[in-house]
Amino acid sequence: MTKPCAYIGDVIRPESLVCPRPAGLYCPPGDFYIDPTRPVARAVVTHGHSDHARAGHQAVAATPETLAIMAVRYGEGFAGAARPLAYGETIARDGVEVTLAPAGHVLGSAQVVVRWRGLTVVVSGDYKRRRDPTCPPFEPVACDVFVTEATFGLPVFRHPDAAGEIRKLLRSVEQFPERTHLVGAYALGKAQRIIALLREGGWDRTIFVHGAFDRLNGLYGEFGIELGPLAPATTEGDKRDLAGEIVIAPPGALADRWTRRFADPVGALASGWMRVRARARQRGVELPLVISDHADWDELTGTLAELAPGEVWITHGREEALARWCDLHGLPARALALVGYEDEED
Amino acid sequence: MRAFARLLDRLSLTQGRNAKLTLVRDFLKETPDPDRGWALASLTGALTFGAAKPAAIRKAIEGRMDPVLFGWSYDFVGDLAETVALVWPASPGANREPELSEVVEALRTAARAEVQSLIEGWLDALDPDGRWALLKLLTGGLRVGLSARLAKQAAADLGGVDVAEIEEVWHVLRPPYEDLFAWLEGRSERPSPDAPGRFRPVMLAQALDEAVDLARLDPADYAAEWKWDGIRVQAVCERGEIRLWSRTGEDVSAAFPDVVGAINFEGVIDGELLVMRGGRVAPFGDLQQRLNRKTADAKLMAGYPAAIRAYDLLLDAEEDLRQLPFRERRARLEAFVAKSRSPRIDLSPLQPFASWDALAALRADPPAGDAQCAEGVMLKRWDSIYEAGRPKGPWFKWKRDPHLIDAVLMYAQRGHGKRSSFYSDYTFGVWREDEAGQRSLTPVGKAYFGFTDEELKLLDKFVRDHTVERFGPVRSVRADRDFGLVLEVAFEGLQRSTRHRSGVAMRFPRINRIRWDKPAREADELSTLEAMLARGGG
Repeated sequence: MTKPCAYIGDVIRPESLVCPRPAGLYCPPGDFYIDPTRPVARAVVTHGHSDHARAGHQAVAATPETLAIMAVRYGEGFAGAARPLAYGETIARDGVEVTLAPAGHVLGSAQVVVRWRGLTVVVSGDYKRRRDPTCPPFEPVACDVFVTEATFGLPVFRHPDAAGEIRKLLRSVEQFPERTHLVGAYALGKAQRIIALLREGGWDRTIFVHGAFDRLNGLYGEFGIELGPLAPATTEGDKRDLAGEIVIAPPGALADRWTRRFADPVGALASGWMRVRARARQRGVELPLVISDHADWDELTGTLAELAPGEVWITHGREEALARWCDLHGLPARALALVGYEDEED
Repeated sequence: MRAFARLLDRLSLTQGRNAKLTLVRDFLKETPDPDRGWALASLTGALTFGAAKPAAIRKAIEGRMDPVLFGWSYDFVGDLAETVALVWPASPGANREPELSEVVEALRTAARAEVQSLIEGWLDALDPDGRWALLKLLTGGLRVGLSARLAKQAAADLGGVDVAEIEEVWHVLRPPYEDLFAWLEGRSERPSPDAPGRFRPVMLAQALDEAVDLARLDPADYAAEWKWDGIRVQAVCERGEIRLWSRTGEDVSAAFPDVVGAINFEGVIDGELLVMRGGRVAPFGDLQQRLNRKTADAKLMAGYPAAIRAYDLLLDAEEDLRQLPFRERRARLEAFVAKSRSPRIDLSPLQPFASWDALAALRADPPAGDAQCAEGVMLKRWDSIYEAGRPKGPWFKWKRDPHLIDAVLMYAQRGHGKRSSFYSDYTFGVWREDEAGQRSLTPVGKAYFGFTDEELKLLDKFVRDHTVERFGPVRSVRADRDFGLVLEVAFEGLQRSTRHRSGVAMRFPRINRIRWDKPAREADELSTLEAMLARGGG
């Protein structure tokens, strides 16, 4: 639903600064979109996941990391012009100032801080509050309106400590040395975070990776994120080749014929959805790893409590439950019902 | 508790038998006494609590969080224990996490009024996996897809012994099984199975494969008798210790004082527990009134008198007969039963037969009387010793062909476990004509197996595509004279039932075939089932 962007008397309504349009969140005075889901003239992109970062815009502003990720995914000509914007750097146009602040979601992920006539709107994109060895932590920014995701906006989503989940995986490798542990992880961010967490957990052997990850893993290396020894998950025709090893692949490959090359694989999936057993069962996952790059319920509500913004806007996910929480805690909230963002694989 | 929780979590998603064995064996190896023993007890079903009532748990959580948010959470997750485990608010400064043994001990000694606050205190102290395990344990349904036998096998693997060695002593062991683990870890002798009144592992029969087995077996080698439709029991009186054991070694004495009181011999009989009136076998439904009860009152015993029909003799006074051939045991049994003259113990008669064809004819068309209530026939090699387990060759069961009817799918319910995303439990009905001559469907049973995984997908799709109404996990599907899905249902028998609107209840119903081709209006009528009942239990 597009709501009119207008002034009421002398009071500036936040909708004058940022409002939902069919293509995504739009800033009328600055004339740009944030994470538009269709090609536009000017876009600010929060992070490199394909539902937020699309090809074909005339001009894109994003962190250098996000621009590099887009170039890897879509080719160098992904946009007419690319404007790198480092965390903390501000660009201004027609009195609208745009600054990017770390969102802690994946490499390069940013919150978009939009300031105009004393009004601050923070569009957080996707975010999390946990430590992640592959990206800087979320930085809280005081604001009038906080635009939040709600992927895991239900009190059942309480992500456990990621290091503990990694220990679960390593313990299983120890218990089943004759089997290959096949970990499904989203190609951008999750896969590299799992690898980095495995290194922190003491796994220094070669980690075998699906071909779909090669270029992004290389890019992480270029940005100084050490992933240790990696090798393609190929076998010489003998299934025992990768017994006792850890293989990382996109979630979709888990139920694919591709897995037949491995020795009696233990299907693991690193995702916040794994918190609910029925989800793990539906996907035939034997070893769910509850590791997410999205904020869980406590992080979502904790962030709202910490920022105490004048208003909360909820972009996508389980809006109704988070809106209910806001209601119970006296925070004005509304669901924007934006379409086009998918987080099923997280 | 944490290690046990992790084990249950892992087991609940592990399909492979060997993987399950590894998980349980490693757990038993790494967990100290007495926690591992209590865990083994819960995995083998030897430890059950009805301590936590779902309603009380629900009330506790709704007092701690917004009921609307809880309701949405429950809708999303679909399982009360799991939902509560996840949404239970963290309680900083809560007590230390309890060990499994502490939970067990506390519940044993707690007054009823204290139980709820104990449980809430533990929920405060545990993490979500721990809460889930605790709630599963307390509400009495682990449902992690592990049989008692597999749990014992894992213990056997731990000690490098044969599982039969554990089964033989299982009845003398009591949780937390410290003596068992001491033996398995080579720290002590094997616990002695030689307690008077003990259970002897039962000999079971293989299912007969008509196409293969009849051609290669010589009828002269086998004795035949009816396979009575009750529950298999072992009646023991040894040095004054009287016990009635189920075939898995569960002591069911307390539920059958009438039978226990009639054990007037010294020895061990293997037989079928049945409800019998005036020497005549009653249908299984009558026995069902007596099952799954801890005790029986005089009224129940008078209405449903239980008795034993003897198959075999394992111990005659002090003499162990198990190594004797069936022919000799049978002669001893006949003399033993005759001597006992107990009013509640009779003999399962042998059925002489000349050829497989003759036996097949007998099985297909049992004579009037008790044989109508048999499930089929048993074949026992005359020279077979009494061997625990299910050895291949000496004994066969040859069940009667099931009854078949065509029914119409009416309701479907979401399944459990692997099937939680599927509508896999089906309620079906047949046509009933009312006084005005109108035909409507009346439910006659529910089945959740008999179909392949491929068929399940198709059934699930049918349910989703033709849903009329939803009630929680249940959907009603379109089923009328002009449209509906016909299911060919196989079942073993039929009983009158006051609990079912149709007045009939089926035994072991399962989906035999999906009749995508058959119009709903051509499904069977209730009168067909009533006629089966009139013919004697179906």
